[in-house]
Amino acid sequence: MNQQPFLRIFTAPATLCAVGFVAAMVAVLQYSLRAYVPGSLDPGGFTLANFADLLKPLYARVFLDTVVVCAMTAVVTLIVGYPLAYALVRVEQPILRSILLVIVVTPLFLGEVVRTYAWIIVLGNNGFINSLLMSLGLIGKPLQLMFTPFGVVVALVHVTLPVMVIMLAAGLSHIDRDYSRAAESLGAGPIRVFLTVTLPLSLPGVVAGTTTAFAWTFSAFATPQLIGGGRVNMISNLVYQLGFSSFNFPFAATLCVAGLALTALVLGLLQLASRPLRKIEVH
Amino acid sequence: MIPRSTYQRVLGWVGLLTVLVIVAFLVLPAAVVTIAAFNDKPILSFPPQTWSWRWFGRALAYEDFRQGFFNGLIVTAWSSTIALCVGGMFAFAIDRYKFPLKSAIEGILISPLVIPHFTVGLGFLILAAQVGLSRGFAVVVICHVILVLPFVLRSVYVSLRNLDQSYEHAAASLGAGPLRVLTTVTLPLLLPGLVSGWLFAAILSFNEFTASLFVTSQRTQTLPVAMYNYVREFADPSMAALSVMYIVGTAALIAFANAFLGLGKVLNIEQSH
Repeated sequence: MNQQPFLRIFTAPATLCAVGFVAAMVAVLQYSLRAYVPGSLDPGGFTLANFADLLKPLYARVFLDTVVVCAMTAVVTLIVGYPLAYALVRVEQPILRSILLVIVVTPLFLGEVVRTYAWIIVLGNNGFINSLLMSLGLIGKPLQLMFTPFGVVVALVHVTLPVMVIMLAAGLSHIDRDYSRAAESLGAGPIRVFLTVTLPLSLPGVVAGTTTAFAWTFSAFATPQLIGGGRVNMISNLVYQLGFSSFNFPFAATLCVAGLALTALVLGLLQLASRPLRKIEVH
Repeated sequence: MIPRSTYQRVLGWVGLLTVLVIVAFLVLPAAVVTIAAFNDKPILSFPPQTWSWRWFGRALAYEDFRQGFFNGLIVTAWSSTIALCVGGMFAFAIDRYKFPLKSAIEGILISPLVIPHFTVGLGFLILAAQVGLSRGFAVVVICHVILVLPFVLRSVYVSLRNLDQSYEHAAASLGAGPLRVLTTVTLPLLLPGLVSGWLFAAILSFNEFTASLFVTSQRTQTLPVAMYNYVREFADPSMAALSVMYIVGTAALIAFANAFLGLGKVLNIEQSH
């Protein structure tokens, strides 16, 4: 009897998709090695000049800014997300839990554009925060929140928070409560139980969440574009500009390849740094 | 020394306050957009002096939004359904079968989770140009299928793991052929996982923006792309009104999914006892 009756039918479509995706990524790689012919959509011959151009201060600056914004967003998201994830896992009442879950999950599915637009209204010069502070008499003229790294990071934290909370909560929910109960019964106070039992056991979730937050922020386009307004440029914005304003697709592709290498490097380092954590068995 | 019960109560209040502040941060933009949507004046001001519903009418009548909405429905219907079929079958194969290149194919299909959407979008834009495909719906659908596949795979895979295979063995031992076991036992048992995977894929596809910006044209632009173009050109509250409709619609879908499928289980965050 055939032990794997539907093997071919079940794997063929997925294989086709994988081949298509690899082809698209190879297309990017191939373009990154081609010369830019101004005024033409077709690339020139093979060259390494694009990668040499990456070292120009203008582009190196964008890379540095991108990494700083991503790192800040990931860290702030972690700090803000942890208490919420903890609450989500520990809340007992089912209704409260459901409400909290819907509040956390809904923004995840709203898409970048809607959320970025909402933050423009919150942060703008005539926006919610400035109007509120001015009517309270706390400030005389509007604070500049739009077009600043601060504004971009605040909006990006909001974008990555749901996914961070979900990953942290997944880690927290699989910790056996008996460990903390044992610590309590041995006389440890709540803060000590948290610092010495719960927090260390949740570190794998912390690493997973931070990694994902970093990668997501790296991928963000609408938020730095609209809230950064050209003054905070990330790699994504530069790729779009190069592609659709100057039709320099080869260099846009080079930036994508360099971006991928950078993400891989950062994520690899994070994995390496978290290696000792593998010893922690979470059930 | 402070008595332990007082100490714990204070700690509890501090915790509650922290969580409330974070929830306020999460909800703030949605609340502010809702207020802005009902502002009668075309210029942003807080608090609005006069209130009206007129921007909702404007948003619903705006041609680019209507076109984007229907384009989005076409792309979403095709891509989520294709992703469900492809991903569902492949998740089954991963769970049950051994075959060459298994982990390589799985890795490739999961990788869009960490590859920036602008890279995926640029890749399909270049690929389409290279193989001579015009910038129609096909490119957009293919791109979306790739982007939502990881979520479908995960959702179906988790339900397969939780499935008790003894039902299948029982059916097989009673003489049912593999196809009959699959359609009458496995598929019905997998239904919640398949539905949640499809729902996830549909919501993600409908909202996908960055890659869509690269692969859509004026004719095929989806709603998020239309919204982005609108924000760049106009500042009236039509966009706020549309955002409110978007937020309410999405929250309703999520609440529905939670009530019928149990989001906690799907997201793997149920407390283990």
